Amino acid sequence: MSTPVSRFAVGIDLGTTHCALAIAPLEEARDARAGNMPSVLDVPQLVARGQIEAQPLLPSFLYFAHETDGPQALPWDAERRFAVGEYARARGADAPARVIASAKSWLSHPSVDRRAGILPLSAPEDIEKVSPVEASWRYLEHLQEVFDTRFGGGDAALASQDVVITVPASFDASARELTVEAAIAAGIERPTLLEEPQAALYAWLAALGDGWRKQLRPGDVVLVVDVGGGTCDFSAIAVTPRDGSLELVRVAVGDHILLGGDNMDLALAHRVRQKFEAGGTEIDRWQAASLVHAARVAKERLMSDASLAAAPIAIASRGSSLLGGTLRAELTRDEITQTLVDGFFPEVAADAKPVLRARAGLTQLGLPYASDAAVTRHLAWFLARQAAALAKVPGFTPQAGTRAASLLHPTALLFNGGVMKAPALRGRVVSALGEWLASDGAPPPRVLEGADLDLAVARGACSYALVRRGRGLRIRGGTARAYYIGVESAAPAVPGLEPPVSAMCVAPFGMEEGTEARLPPHELGVVVGESVRFRFFGSSVRRDDGAGIVIEDWKREGLEELPPIEVTLSAEGRGEGDVVPVRLRAHVTEVGTLQLEAEPLRPRKEDERWRVELSVRGSGPEEG
Amino acid sequence: MPDPEPPFLARLLFAWVCFFRVLFDGRFAARALAARDDPAKATGLVTVLRPSRPAIPPPADGNAALQLLSILQREGRFVDFLQQDIDAFPDKEVGVAARVVHEGCRKALRAHVTIEPVRREDEGARVKLAAGFNADEVKLIGEVKGEPPYAGVLRHRGWKTTRLELPSFVGEHDANVLAPAEVELG
Repeated sequence: MSTPVSRFAVGIDLGTTHCALAIAPLEEARDARAGNMPSVLDVPQLVARGQIEAQPLLPSFLYFAHETDGPQALPWDAERRFAVGEYARARGADAPARVIASAKSWLSHPSVDRRAGILPLSAPEDIEKVSPVEASWRYLEHLQEVFDTRFGGGDAALASQDVVITVPASFDASARELTVEAAIAAGIERPTLLEEPQAALYAWLAALGDGWRKQLRPGDVVLVVDVGGGTCDFSAIAVTPRDGSLELVRVAVGDHILLGGDNMDLALAHRVRQKFEAGGTEIDRWQAASLVHAARVAKERLMSDASLAAAPIAIASRGSSLLGGTLRAELTRDEITQTLVDGFFPEVAADAKPVLRARAGLTQLGLPYASDAAVTRHLAWFLARQAAALAKVPGFTPQAGTRAASLLHPTALLFNGGVMKAPALRGRVVSALGEWLASDGAPPPRVLEGADLDLAVARGACSYALVRRGRGLRIRGGTARAYYIGVESAAPAVPGLEPPVSAMCVAPFGMEEGTEARLPPHELGVVVGESVRFRFFGSSVRRDDGAGIVIEDWKREGLEELPPIEVTLSAEGRGEGDVVPVRLRAHVTEVGTLQLEAEPLRPRKEDERWRVELSVRGSGPEEG
Repeated sequence: MPDPEPPFLARLLFAWVCFFRVLFDGRFAARALAARDDPAKATGLVTVLRPSRPAIPPPADGNAALQLLSILQREGRFVDFLQQDIDAFPDKEVGVAARVVHEGCRKALRAHVTIEPVRREDEGARVKLAAGFNADEVKLIGEVKGEPPYAGVLRHRGWKTTRLELPSFVGEHDANVLAPAEVELG
């Protein structure tokens, strides 16, 4: 079977709260250097029971209809029993137990089995729960169906196109793997992954055409601050000279931080709710959902019009009598400033660290939300940890005033994500960053004016699909983490104590797509016919560890424990229970995922290897 | 083309009506007399007596209107607001409810309909109308007389829609239900 010829470059933003799809024809791209701005495809979806409408964003919600609700018919499937999109989101307010939200946060949850049917968490008995992977697959499947209905399938089917799907830069190897799994289940046969902050920069580059060369110079470091509905994602991208032109290298990514616009709206709504309750008015569950919505609207008004001192909030009663039952309150500018600007973006010192404490306030059952709600503190910590990120970038010469220092010195700032639409929040990030840099003797960063912050990621992903075809500048960088497996130290065992575990690097930092890591010298024993687990670690700062390096004290060296990995050797040609010495070989696929394979030291046939699973089963870091 | 002959029952009814109108309506009697003597003069009579329905185009498909009502109710509680008797409530209450309705309906309307003013001038400005202006777009008020061009004061800018996009229906659907009743279980 021959590989089908792609007609379109397609970018999919698979977001925590919304998905979007952008498209550009590959043909035109071949002639036109400029004017490659991908266009966003409107997505038909159920917006109310039995009503379908096309909208640019597909809310990432999955609703399981009760049998009384009948089929959730779509033009291409009259019998469907579930709905995704706007209607699913709306049903989340009045039948929450039947709706999945934030599937993407579950997809990267380190301590649940992400292939197990666990969602919706508190689903009634008639619902067959689905896995976080399946929920993501359903969103992608909807986009695939829309695409194929629109373009007629065949060689225009989504399966045959160059499809780029975005993931947070902070997604670890297994979450990336699962995203690909969901895409393939949805019929997207050849997906490629791209980190969202990179996608934002690609969108910015595409919007400027060749003009970007006037805005970026060698020695620039672009900090992308991407705060979406569910996550905060930071990346640093350096500009280096190469062959008389420029090259972009992604040099650092931040930790996975579950903190976003949804938390902020909840915090505001909570504040208004306290006002109502102080006045003796109880808010029921349904009103609480409207309150979050009303608080968001009031926030957007106050944030976009600096002359307003307060915005009214009105919550309609549940019944058909509007008058007499409608509650009214006000959200003042001071409250917005206290709750959002000072609450989520406080002025902190350059050496601030996120506070780890028992979860409270913002926590919802199940998801490991960030315990520190201060985005600025997470950002300061990111810059401090990544202070050395530029030291080894080939060809990179820092601009004047940005010598080696106590934190990474960005010279330019690109915002992305719905939260950063608010000028007050952008302003706070700019001023905080400016102060940190000033205290380190560096000039403040320039702000790169971005495009539509809601749709930039989908557009940028589409641009990247064009870039992969040779049209435009590519951001290099490779993997943003080094990976390690746990090996038991040879130290003498002490009764009653767990044998000490040290960490051996199997995949060094910065592995590029399509490359393989050298085989480490250490060998591991694996029992034939049994599934053997190894502890697994990662680091986003250790750039110098080559494959095979052993770190004795992984905790002190700042490695982060990831879900374990698992090898199962089939008994083929070997005795059950035999111990086979193997080495682990890591390679980064063209798709952008990390693959580990176990290679026996004494193979029984040529190229004998076993796939090592990045575990997605829910054993927490303390187990194993 | 000669008109088709009405059926017997219709003729009986018509004869009955004519009997009383000839008796009590002098002008009708005069025209009926003329019609009997000279059918060519009968147009006025026929127009008067024919059922008037064919002259008016059939009403537009009501589904789109029902759908828009349903959207305005869903997003902005529009039907709730209009169906409630507001006389019993003080202005403050009405104002609070109006905010809910205004915010939701405005958002829904903007999502589905693009509305623009017919005239871009400020209200109160003097405007000129050349001959052949679009009478659907501009209505003359006040001392309406004379020949174009006309000069006058713009009292209302007018509104027109340039886009209407409504959701389409899939599967069985009763458009008459503007909002379903809601029954909470558990």
